[in-house]
Amino acid sequence: MSIRIREEKCVGCGRCADVCPGTLIGFREKKAHMDYPKDCWGCVSCVKECRTGAIEYFLGADIGGNGSTMTVTEDGNILHWKIRKHDGTVKTIDVNRQDSNKY
Amino acid sequence: MRKELDIKTKKADVLIIGGGTAGCYAALTLSEQSQLSVLVAEKAHIKRSGCLAAGVNAINAYILPGRTPQDYVDYAAKDAEGIVRNDLLLTAAERFNEVTAHMERLGLVILKDENGNYAARGNRNIKINGENFKPLLASALQEADRVSVLNHVNITDLLTDGGKVYGAVGFSVLEETAYILEAQTVLIATGGASGLYRPNNPGFSRHKMWYPPFNTGAGYAMGLRAGAEMTTFEMRFIALRCKDTIAPTGTIAQGAGAKQVNAKGEVYEEKYGLTTSERVYGTVKENLLGNGPCYLRTSGITKEQEDDLLKAYLNMAPGQTLKWVESGKTPGESDVEIEGTEPYIVGGHTASGYWVNTNRESTVKGLYAAGDAAGGCPQKYVTGALAEGKIAALDMIRHYRPAGAAETEEPFASQEAGARLRKQARRYLAEYEKIRNEADPPFSAEELEEAMQKVMDAYAGGIGCHYEFNEKQLAAADERIAQLIELSGHVGASDMHELLSVYELKERLLVCQALIAHLRSRKETRWHSFQENMDYPKRDSAYEKYINSVFEDGKIRIIERELVKEAVYEHKDS
Repeated sequence: MSIRIREEKCVGCGRCADVCPGTLIGFREKKAHMDYPKDCWGCVSCVKECRTGAIEYFLGADIGGNGSTMTVTEDGNILHWKIRKHDGTVKTIDVNRQDSNKY
Repeated sequence: MRKELDIKTKKADVLIIGGGTAGCYAALTLSEQSQLSVLVAEKAHIKRSGCLAAGVNAINAYILPGRTPQDYVDYAAKDAEGIVRNDLLLTAAERFNEVTAHMERLGLVILKDENGNYAARGNRNIKINGENFKPLLASALQEADRVSVLNHVNITDLLTDGGKVYGAVGFSVLEETAYILEAQTVLIATGGASGLYRPNNPGFSRHKMWYPPFNTGAGYAMGLRAGAEMTTFEMRFIALRCKDTIAPTGTIAQGAGAKQVNAKGEVYEEKYGLTTSERVYGTVKENLLGNGPCYLRTSGITKEQEDDLLKAYLNMAPGQTLKWVESGKTPGESDVEIEGTEPYIVGGHTASGYWVNTNRESTVKGLYAAGDAAGGCPQKYVTGALAEGKIAALDMIRHYRPAGAAETEEPFASQEAGARLRKQARRYLAEYEKIRNEADPPFSAEELEEAMQKVMDAYAGGIGCHYEFNEKQLAAADERIAQLIELSGHVGASDMHELLSVYELKERLLVCQALIAHLRSRKETRWHSFQENMDYPKRDSAYEKYINSVFEDGKIRIIERELVKEAVYEHKDS
């Protein structure tokens, strides 16, 4: 499990690098770069922080991942979680920050 | 030779090391209830650092209507087989509800029933949306008066003189800068220790672990080196988790009422007992009996329940939701496979950590500990970390004597002590330069970390040994960890991130050394799986006492202490 940063979408704002709890994200040619992919905890802080949807979260093959990716965009209190499966289908789950967990 | 690090010096009344849950809340308390200046040193960024980076699904330590703080003490003491500090549990439990109410005022969403009371989950838990728990705390702190936050600064060593703390030294993980931080009161809020043992997923996903891989036992290590006493490291914590994603199981077990079943579909949890350690132990045993894999029986839950579970996990462990969706095996259709994690040292779940008095001051004067760093108070969880941060802060305020007042202990004030402290700081900073200029080191920090995890796994009761060990294995572990400590003195670092890795390795090795000494000193099996000594497989009433330790001349000295029965505990002897 780790993240991939889409260079073409990155605007180099540095929010992801600032917030990563492992300080694992650096810069290459003014774009964010995951310097230590094996050291990622998978907390998705950077994915939430990114304003351009440039960061994709995925499960490594060693923990059963098969190429799907996850992104999240914020719209006020709503978090739109988007899972793009490897076959191209997309599942979106919306979570309202004002709603408590039922469990 | 590399250019030497720039040195910056900062002063504050209180230095807080670690800006996680406990550290941030202590700072907030100091800001609201005193005029003291506060410096928070955080090795990442307080917005998402610590245990709550991804979020938290419930408040698991809360006093529900009709129950009392003493009920909580009784529950936690029973779960820990009596090796707890009742004074610490009670003082934390008395504040669970007030800190929860404060978090609600800061914006935390808590589920309420039709009468406006918090909705209960089980006997001690309430339901929240904790996805943004840490950002809420961090933004309150950004606005707090007299608090400065040093993000991306890693603290390595405490400055002490005559058994009293006077500050700490560290370095920036981004810039070539070292820090000397002077303060007459210091709070250790660095969390517990992960990464000591070979993890569940040692390859690409090595850091997909239960506990933050960035909590490396720094506070325990700097405390040990400064002469602080530690307690109950031998009560390791092993979490029962969803296989592969290492996501929490409590949400499924308590929230959806799923039972633990083996591959034959038999419910096995009653067979082994229901304490935290027995739930792990039962799963290990069922696998050894050939009855694995083990699962939480979720199949058959309603579509609505399933949708709620997918959302709940997005708020704390999104990898599990991704796994359900991408595999197509949703919890309503397939049971969720479970496994035990590698062992951790973590005071929020077990009783490991600093030996503190009721006010959370350690045996080093002016040095406090809270949250996962503080021992004796298991199952304190998030509200306990907040409560301990507050308890420590209130005691600091009570004891503070303003600069210039009689009997003041202004750091670096007296000429002689000041000279000694400056010399001490220079010695620590020289160590940074030595590591940065290490020529041709035989091994990297990463290689030695892997070697350490292998030793701990094979000889000190890791996953590979089903958490079991014996005396001969512990002796082998001790010998090999000593070798690795020796080798860790010759590791180099070409940038600040590597310097951080070198210190994290050294911290973990010292915690391993102390842990092994603790495991060797409890010659019984007090807790299944958490401390399973095959040479002493039964519980022994002679060990109804604390195993404590101090670090002296490179060795761990064990101190056995009688159980504390009093309502208030003060440090008396050493």
